[in-house]
Amino acid sequence: MDTTIERHTIAVLVDNEPGVLARVIGLFSGRGYNIESLTVAEVERDRGLSRITIVTSGTPMIIEQIKAQLSRLVPVHKVRDLTEEGPHIERELALVKVAGMGDKRIEALRIADIFKAVVLDATLSSFVFELTGTSDDLDRFIELMRQLGLVELSRTGAVAMSRGSEGL
Amino acid sequence: MSETHLTGAEIVLRALRDQGVEVIFGYPGGAVLPIYDAIFRQNAIRHILVRHEQAAVHAAEGYARSTGKVGVVLVTSGPGATNAVTGLTDALLDSIPIVCLTGQVPTHLIGNDAFQECDTTGITRPCTKHNYLVKDVNQLARIVHEAFHVARSGRPGPVVIDLPKDIQFADGVYVGPEHVQHKTYRPQTKPDRAKVEQAVEMIARAKRPIFYTGGGVINSGPRASALLTELVRLTGYPVTNTLMGLGAYPASDRQFLGMLGMHGTYEANLAMHGCDVMVAIGSRFDDRVTGRLNAFSPGSAKIHVDIDPSSINKSVRVDLPIVGDCEAFLEMALEIWRERKPRIDKDALAAWWRQIEEWRAKRCLSYEKTDRVIKPQYALERLREHIRGKDAYISTEVGQHQMWAAQFLPFEEPNRWLTSGGLGTMGYGLPAAIGAQIAHPNALCIDVAGEASILMNIQEMSTALQYRLPVKVFILNNQWMGMVRQWQELLHGERYSESYSEALPDFVKLAEAFGGVGLRATKTSELDDVIRTMIETPRPVIADICVDQKENCFPMIPGGKAHNEILLGPSETLGEATPEEGMVLV
Ligand SMILES: Cc1ncc(C[n+]2csc(CCOP(=O)(O)OP(=O)(O)O)c2C)c(N)n1
Ligand SMILES: [Mg+2]
Repeated sequence: MDTTIERHTIAVLVDNEPGVLARVIGLFSGRGYNIESLTVAEVERDRGLSRITIVTSGTPMIIEQIKAQLSRLVPVHKVRDLTEEGPHIERELALVKVAGMGDKRIEALRIADIFKAVVLDATLSSFVFELTGTSDDLDRFIELMRQLGLVELSRTGAVAMSRGSEGL
Repeated sequence: MSETHLTGAEIVLRALRDQGVEVIFGYPGGAVLPIYDAIFRQNAIRHILVRHEQAAVHAAEGYARSTGKVGVVLVTSGPGATNAVTGLTDALLDSIPIVCLTGQVPTHLIGNDAFQECDTTGITRPCTKHNYLVKDVNQLARIVHEAFHVARSGRPGPVVIDLPKDIQFADGVYVGPEHVQHKTYRPQTKPDRAKVEQAVEMIARAKRPIFYTGGGVINSGPRASALLTELVRLTGYPVTNTLMGLGAYPASDRQFLGMLGMHGTYEANLAMHGCDVMVAIGSRFDDRVTGRLNAFSPGSAKIHVDIDPSSINKSVRVDLPIVGDCEAFLEMALEIWRERKPRIDKDALAAWWRQIEEWRAKRCLSYEKTDRVIKPQYALERLREHIRGKDAYISTEVGQHQMWAAQFLPFEEPNRWLTSGGLGTMGYGLPAAIGAQIAHPNALCIDVAGEASILMNIQEMSTALQYRLPVKVFILNNQWMGMVRQWQELLHGERYSESYSEALPDFVKLAEAFGGVGLRATKTSELDDVIRTMIETPRPVIADICVDQKENCFPMIPGGKAHNEILLGPSETLGEATPEEGMVLV
């Protein structure tokens, strides 16, 4: 049996009804699956649909189970494994608060510039940066900021979409 | 269409009637009084008053399992709902269609820790197939109809509808089931033809085949069992059933190898271990069936037919997964088989049968014949003789008696065997027998019980009396939690921690106290009379059969062992102590 741990990004289209997120999260915790990140928001107001993006990891058999278990939930319309289905785009947004004076402050600004982060707030002793990119990009930026006075961090988790003209 | 305005409570009753519901199992309370009021003012639907909400669900399960219909439950908020949780979980694990209505505090009080408030949808989310909290009376009819659709389609299961009291009083529009269609929930039932053709080919080419079928065949309806029997006979192949699948294939037939799994027969388990093609239909490779996973049927190609895609490749990798309803699969497979008339390897099959007969010759279910004590197996053999040819439904509690009942009673037809397989719920049997008896008033409904289990829902004797249900409780009384004692004996160095019942009621007097009939057998010579009287008495009966206290249930595949490491009897010890990994398994 294949025991390599794979990371998969799964898009799930669900009815935007009370409890649906609890159902999805309960499924993961109840069955011991990993959630690396999970994002959710309404995507179609008139049809009452929300889209959940889950980044998870597990053996191929577990990943297959996760998809089957998700599909089985009554309010779930579609389950797509973007990782398996081919090239796709992933983006995450982070808000990063860095505090400090002098060289470190200048260095933080310089690096933010290199990463194309946007300054959302500035005081004489702090910045709040906004950075959008792949989760790996964010990891690298945040790692650098740690050394330059990171005081607070907020991340959205990944959203994702397949490349090409096909819809979900 | 002219709109029909009704109160929420009336909408519930009307929707149930339109869904063809004839009976509700329930227990009243403050948060469902409007519905009870509506029940009072109609005659179409009968309400059966149980004595505990857990029993309401088990009774509905017994009703559903023995009829193929959806079982309906009505309980109040708070404790009513929490008491129902065990039953709901039981129904989820055994895929029994249930619709359970729970009362809830009025909408404006939800979240206030109101009297008898609990987060019913939160609590029941993981133990139902789906649940609803109704917040708008105009959605109520749709939700009830949808709930029935969800409960019975695909892999069946329990659905909860949580109904705040103000919604039950409010006026709303009623819509009939013909106007309701679920937005998305349409499980695949028709299998992919190309895959079925491939399956037929694999089946035809097999040299050492076995059919391994489960509760899915029963759930698929009686026709699925008939088609299975046809296919098995057409091929001449051996067949084994899971605990939940008993009755799908006639037990008395030569091709039937008995139940498989932890307490399955030697021949069934060894055939599973040694087969080259395994045809799993409506069975789910449960850990009680597979034993040690990495030693499970190592040399076979596996075909798995299941209506629930999440059952496929969950624990065992299969070679040919087929998503679909068992009946639809069997029908298609038979049609293809007849069309192609494949030639099977008769010599290989004959050799396989010779091997199986050798295993069968071990007579793995034999036990010591004695007059000294009543052996529990003997009691069941006598029961088997007495119910032969009768219109009988058997339920069980959980423990050794359950496994012996599965091994020794003859299940020739589907829907006549009611047992808690997935959850293993002590206390299931009596209410389940009551549910079956409600559905089949003239049938013989027997709960094969243990003296420990029966005490978990003994209060239901009152229900049986109230509705004059002649259910029989056949207690194999060994004074021990026998199955616990057996594990302690075999796996925990004979340290019998808390498994002996120091104080037991006098079951004869107990039966009488409830208004029923109590009987007792302590000697083999008394057994036949007691069974005969039990069957002939048209009232609720408890038969206290005092059996050997030390008997163990064999064969047994100890936890963490493979099928071919099956123990046949007390003379075979565990050899090298069970490996630690086996010990931790339940
Ligand atoms: C509600 C519940 N609690 C505990 C158990 C664990 N358990 C399994 S079998 C058993 C003993 C059952 O004893 P009895 O009903 O006398 O049956 P026997 O095994 O003696 O035939 C116990 C405690 C269970 N299955 N269900
Ligand atoms: Mg006992």
